[in-house]
Amino acid sequence: MLSAGSGNTVIKSKLISRRMFLLTISKAVVVVGVLGRLISLQINESSKYKTLSDKNRFREWKLAPERGIIKDYFNEEIASNKQVYQIHLIPENTRSIEETFFRLKTILNISDKKIFSLRKKIAKQKPWEPIIISDNLNWSEFSRINLFLHELQGIEPIVSVARMYKDHSSAHALGYVSQVSAKDLKNKKYLKEMSVPGMAVGKTGLERRLDEEIIGEVGFQRYEVNAFGKRIKQIKVDPGKAGKSFKTTLDLEVQRYVTEILADKAASVCVMDIYNGDIVSLVSSPSYDPNAFVHGVDRDYWNSLIKNDRKPLTNKAVSGLYPPGSTIKTLVALSALENKIIRPLDTVRCKGKIELFGEKFHCWKKKGHGVMNMRTGIKRSCDVYFYEVARRLGVDRLSETAKKFGLGKRVLQDFSEERSGVVPNTSWKKKYIGQNWYLGETLHSGIGQGYFQSTPIQLCLMTAQIANGGFEIKPRILFDKTKNNLKEYLKFKNENPGQPLPADLLVSNFDLKPLFKNQENIKIIKDAMYASSNEPGGTSYRSRLEDKRFTFAGKTGSSQIRKFTEEQREAEVKQEQLKYKNRDHALFIAFAPVSDPKYAISVVVEHGGTGSSAAAPIAKKVIKKVLERHSLRQSINNLPGDSI
Amino acid sequence: MFQPRSIQSSLSFRDKLFSIDYILVVSILILGIVSMFAMYSTDGGEFKYHTESHILRFFIFFGMFIVLSFVQIRFWHSTSYLIYIVFLILLIGVKYFGLTSSGSQRWLNFYFMNLQPSELMKIGLILFLAKYYHRVSIENVNRLKFLFLPVFVLVTPVLLVVMQPDLGTSLLIAAGGLTVAWLAGVRVKFFAYSMLMFIALLPIAISFLKPYQKVRILTFLNPEKDPLGAGYQIIQSKIAIGSGGLFGKGFLNGSQSYLDYLPEKHTDFIFTLFSEEFGFMGSIFILLLYAVIISRIIRIGNMTRSNFGKLYCYSFATAFFIYVVVNMGMVLGLLPIVGSPLPIMSYGGSSMMAIMLGLGIAMSCKVYKDMPVN
Repeated sequence: MLSAGSGNTVIKSKLISRRMFLLTISKAVVVVGVLGRLISLQINESSKYKTLSDKNRFREWKLAPERGIIKDYFNEEIASNKQVYQIHLIPENTRSIEETFFRLKTILNISDKKIFSLRKKIAKQKPWEPIIISDNLNWSEFSRINLFLHELQGIEPIVSVARMYKDHSSAHALGYVSQVSAKDLKNKKYLKEMSVPGMAVGKTGLERRLDEEIIGEVGFQRYEVNAFGKRIKQIKVDPGKAGKSFKTTLDLEVQRYVTEILADKAASVCVMDIYNGDIVSLVSSPSYDPNAFVHGVDRDYWNSLIKNDRKPLTNKAVSGLYPPGSTIKTLVALSALENKIIRPLDTVRCKGKIELFGEKFHCWKKKGHGVMNMRTGIKRSCDVYFYEVARRLGVDRLSETAKKFGLGKRVLQDFSEERSGVVPNTSWKKKYIGQNWYLGETLHSGIGQGYFQSTPIQLCLMTAQIANGGFEIKPRILFDKTKNNLKEYLKFKNENPGQPLPADLLVSNFDLKPLFKNQENIKIIKDAMYASSNEPGGTSYRSRLEDKRFTFAGKTGSSQIRKFTEEQREAEVKQEQLKYKNRDHALFIAFAPVSDPKYAISVVVEHGGTGSSAAAPIAKKVIKKVLERHSLRQSINNLPGDSI
Repeated sequence: MFQPRSIQSSLSFRDKLFSIDYILVVSILILGIVSMFAMYSTDGGEFKYHTESHILRFFIFFGMFIVLSFVQIRFWHSTSYLIYIVFLILLIGVKYFGLTSSGSQRWLNFYFMNLQPSELMKIGLILFLAKYYHRVSIENVNRLKFLFLPVFVLVTPVLLVVMQPDLGTSLLIAAGGLTVAWLAGVRVKFFAYSMLMFIALLPIAISFLKPYQKVRILTFLNPEKDPLGAGYQIIQSKIAIGSGGLFGKGFLNGSQSYLDYLPEKHTDFIFTLFSEEFGFMGSIFILLLYAVIISRIIRIGNMTRSNFGKLYCYSFATAFFIYVVVNMGMVLGLLPIVGSPLPIMSYGGSSMMAIMLGLGIAMSCKVYKDMPVN
């Protein structure tokens, strides 16, 4: 066994070498395998792995951009940004979370509930990810935090920027911003690329309409992170771009004034430049605090808004639907004149009611108005006169005129919440209700009841288009210096009295669209509205403004909520005696000044009773205010260097 | 026993110096220097603990390698069994006095270093079997009677190491032992039988595996299944190597390692780090260095006259090759993560010591190539 012979040794040595040779071959195969793998990883798929490596390495934190500013016509900022003081907590950096919370509680008085929800959030995220403890501290809280900062490890005081609204007056027109919701992300494509936690987006009003442009461009900080996600170093910072600023046609001072007048009434006011459609004022009441939404609305405040039956969150001026009531009589009369149904001086006798196929149609004045022509019919708002006119006119011709003047369709494209209302006619009823039209319904339509539904802004547009002589205008709430064709046309007409061109050719030269067949008819309506507001017996005579500079011409209206019972009618029940919810809506439309009309207004007071008592007095004050500011408004427009 | 028997034993020191394989020595030195740079990079470009102790160890054990090269081959032959027994005692000692770290008991605490006897056993087993098969005559190699001792000396340390538990090292120890047996002429059928037996015993063995070891094997089969969990190491290693590209990201610019995406970057994944920073070219350079080292050891086996020397050198070269290939296969995602260091490159004193010991014995085969061992 031991010390084998030398021959044996040689044989053994050869065996070993042979077997080693086999091993070497298999080693070569293995080496080829390893080499192949190296080539595949480092050469063939290198770019794939480079991408993966960068994906590991870099992480981006998006920065919320500053929202653009919204200004009024006088460049006053309505929606701006303010510095907000926030404190962030990085759990990893605290000595003990419990201790930190305890200290914070004594310094800031944070509720236990809040701390509970913060704890839950912290448990969900990585310990180095900051969490917002409070996003809107006041200065004294913030300075207190800074004072105690040395004993609050892990707490970072941050100065950030958030939306701020100066007051509530334009809350509905501007809308509000709030945190991005899952629904926003789904519906708004532009948000997909730029959703930043904590970023606010426009939820209603102009904030929503302009969101895409006003929101700005998201910036980012690119960090190199380690395997645990901790930021190692900053690679790149892009601060993003602040959003575009916008100038509106609103007059903030008028907005405030109107809000003050309306107080807590459920009402809305809409004021419009009759030549260019600039909306000077668009107020819905009661208002709410849009600032309350910026950092997420407080539950109690939200509930109080939701439960308020005067619906503070609704923009009544564009989405409140009301039967136009007697304000429609202007269009009924105009339509009748245009269609040559009736002449201005044709009379109708009002005995307080008429009967048609056994149904009674009452005038608002039980005793009746006596003999009425068009002017007195509008002035005193005689229902019987308009029953007769409507009967002769027919609902289809009326609806044609009403649509022409802006009813039944959305006026502004700016508000997603705007509603279109209803201008009924025979085919509409057939389509949506599935029944034939009854003549009685024509009579109701003639006094703006029945199926008629309109928004305050539609009524304002209607008034403006009557006031400007019957030309179509496009209402706008965003400032636009150009496109004042109507003004230019009128200027041209005044400067060239002997203009030989026919009127229709002339208006088309100015890209205008007349809404009338005969402009004289418009004048008749305007004159009747003048009578209504300025002659004794007129429905809004008590609210007249005698100063020539402010004198307005208007039309009252009340839209019935509930039909009077015969008993109530007999007892001559007054609106004030009814329950709030059952009172009529009070409406008033007007243009001013009569001598040289400039603005149109519509006022709607929900459950206000009658137009003359509830709506006209408000219009009176607003008209005066708006006209007082007219020359200022004119001058600001012509300021050199005035830019958006 | 130490009496000179031939001219070889009366070699002058000058002769001995000349007969050293300088290509091998230089290759090892270059690899050592490369490993220092790699270690420096794992420390984030600073001289920190790992770099310093790696450099120190390399030079200490490199010195040991040179000194051992001049020890006569006869000495290694005569003390083979003893060395094995000493290592086995150390290995048993681990079981009772060993230090436990991350769930496995592998180290003995000597005051100057923590020794991992399982690493030394890689060499001890080869040495033992080389002597054994040197002495067994060719007729007897395949006799059952002569198979008992090899099986016993192989299985004992392997089981001890498996129980630590350290699957990777135990497999590498076994690989070395099996290589000697194969080279000595043990028939293929015995390997086949033991393979069958191994497979038969596998279910029992698996039941002894720690949960993390089971997960590792499952992970190897499908790393993408759980990218943040167990498959993380393989995926990150592949990303690091792949992203290195042709020329690498540059020294100290390996983002995967310096941002801690790479696990175990000092030890098992040192090649990954190097490959990320120096790219395909760097990888090839390392592979070439290993190829030179291994082929020089084989060359020594060819030159040495004793079968003991041949068996030792061939086995050691093959084992060395297996260490390298297993480590690379692991970091390249070709093999499961079994925890095997890359010779010389990886951080770890015991591994370095074992490799240098192995190289020293191989070099002594070169210096005393014509010396008969008995």
